[in-house]
Amino acid sequence: MYQRKWNKSTMKRTALKRTRLHLLGVIFVIGLLAGTGSHRGWQERLAKFSSTQGQPAQSSQDISINGKVVMAGSTSMESLANALAEGFMNRYPQVTVTAEFTGSSAGIEAVLAGQADIGNSSRQLHPAEQAAGVVEHVVAIDGIVIVTNMENGVTGLTREQLCGIYQGTIRNWQEVGGSNEAVVVIGREAGSGTREAFEAYLGLEDGCSYANELNSTGAVMARVSSTPGAVGYVSWEVLDDTVSVLSLEGVIPTEETIRDGRYGLSRPYVMVTKGEIEAQSRAVQEFFRYLDSEESRALLKKAGVIVSER
Amino acid sequence: MCLKGSESEYQRNRSSHARGVEKAAEILFGLCGMSAILAVGSITLYMIVNGIPAVLQVGWKEILFSTVWMPTAKEPSFGIFSVILTSIAGTFLAVLIGVPLAVLTAVFLSEVAPAHLASIVRPAVELLAGIPSVIYGVLGMMVLNPLMYRLEQWIFADSETHQFTGGANLLSAAIVLAVMILPTVITISEAAIRAVPPELMASSLALGASFVQTIFRVTLPAAKSGILTAVVLGIGRAMGEAMAISLVSGNSVNLPLPFMSVRFLTTAIVSEMGYAGGLHRQVLFTIGLVLFGFIMVINLVLHRILKGEGRP
Repeated sequence: MYQRKWNKSTMKRTALKRTRLHLLGVIFVIGLLAGTGSHRGWQERLAKFSSTQGQPAQSSQDISINGKVVMAGSTSMESLANALAEGFMNRYPQVTVTAEFTGSSAGIEAVLAGQADIGNSSRQLHPAEQAAGVVEHVVAIDGIVIVTNMENGVTGLTREQLCGIYQGTIRNWQEVGGSNEAVVVIGREAGSGTREAFEAYLGLEDGCSYANELNSTGAVMARVSSTPGAVGYVSWEVLDDTVSVLSLEGVIPTEETIRDGRYGLSRPYVMVTKGEIEAQSRAVQEFFRYLDSEESRALLKKAGVIVSER
Repeated sequence: MCLKGSESEYQRNRSSHARGVEKAAEILFGLCGMSAILAVGSITLYMIVNGIPAVLQVGWKEILFSTVWMPTAKEPSFGIFSVILTSIAGTFLAVLIGVPLAVLTAVFLSEVAPAHLASIVRPAVELLAGIPSVIYGVLGMMVLNPLMYRLEQWIFADSETHQFTGGANLLSAAIVLAVMILPTVITISEAAIRAVPPELMASSLALGASFVQTIFRVTLPAAKSGILTAVVLGIGRAMGEAMAISLVSGNSVNLPLPFMSVRFLTTAIVSEMGYAGGLHRQVLFTIGLVLFGFIMVINLVLHRILKGEGRP
């Protein structure tokens, strides 16, 4: 749907601090790239960056590999893909990694059509897709979090209650101990990996009755935060403080509870390739090797992605 | 003699040069004209080639007349009847709200408004046409939907069955569409009204008709075909709009009732294309084909009207 503009924030900040730029040179730019958009000062970010990844990355830059790695797929995997792309290009400056976020199925299709090297999928492969020759590699875990509008006073639900809400039998937040506010049931569109995982958890495959079916995580967040009584489900890593997060069966979703499975509503993040990794270009093979490294794991953790314990 | 000879030579050269330019220009224009045909032709072909397989597999009756849309279920169902109805109802509502407003604005601009006022209103209308549709959508979502939700809560306060939509419903979408077709309808209607010969109005006024009578009995009927053209173009615009209404309509497949969350032909494609695969994806192309058919019919109607206009 859109391609991430890598240097948008960089350009803005660079313009502001143009006078200082010549003093700090390239390292400064790298530091900015590493900034995750927080509003802290650049010095702090730079310091943090060089103390964590900056040094090892620069000392072991590898220019023997060049080429392109094209990723396409899930919108939910945006922060994961961006973090990986940045980290990888930092280590292998001769390789260009691009990431498009068009949806899991579109990503898999792009891989099959040869338009992309790696398809990001926030759901497991369908049998038909496996038969077509794509191979899946699970790279991380994602928790799916139930979010509600800040105003309705509910802090947690059981699976039964959630079923009731999404089937339309619980119609007011009062019925589950909240304020007197009608429930507005918000979900994702058919085919979405998030929806698939969510409905599978409730045992309600295609049995939910949605008042709104929105086609991106961002749209769900916007709708839930702006509509009183709204409830929706989103990927764990996009959470911010515009919505309130519900516990499920008494378990609050945190990195830890999602990883060890105490929080039951989760799904794998999968990267798919056409054929096995060995059949890919050198750059792509190196990308998967990088994916398994301590460096990338640290990077992903920092980006808020839950990587499985080894 | 010598001079004369070289002069005629010059002229001959020039004319052959000019003929070359003429010829080249002719070919260039021809090629440009062809590119439009090529684009229309290839799009039509593409839509048919991609839209038909699902029809063959699912059956056109099942697709067009079933109301159950469950594309990812174990036993998938691809009925788009309510989606088609929604597109028709939404467009109809938008025209119902938008056209009276637009035609009266056109009357105001061409007949009533003093020059200085018209010079403010007209650019405003033109500006309205230039606003990107996503802006309409975002404004609708942020401003119109909350208001609509309050209305919804008030109307359905005692309802036991109504599913609350948070204001994202058919009515919101129709209102947004109505605003979006305003500039098209206003501009073309105004031109049509201006084209009515002043003698007609003068005669009417001279016969003792009031100004309002003249407008509604003489001017508007005389500008009828132009206004009809405007309305048809407005319908085309409303039918094809996707971005704005995908933000305000709620996007659940339901029958088009004013306070239901609904899905249009356009938004049906937009909302599921990203994650759809296999037959599901092919059906989305079929929806595209249906939409394409609707737009073709609208254009044919428009063509008819314009042809009729040419007759004395």
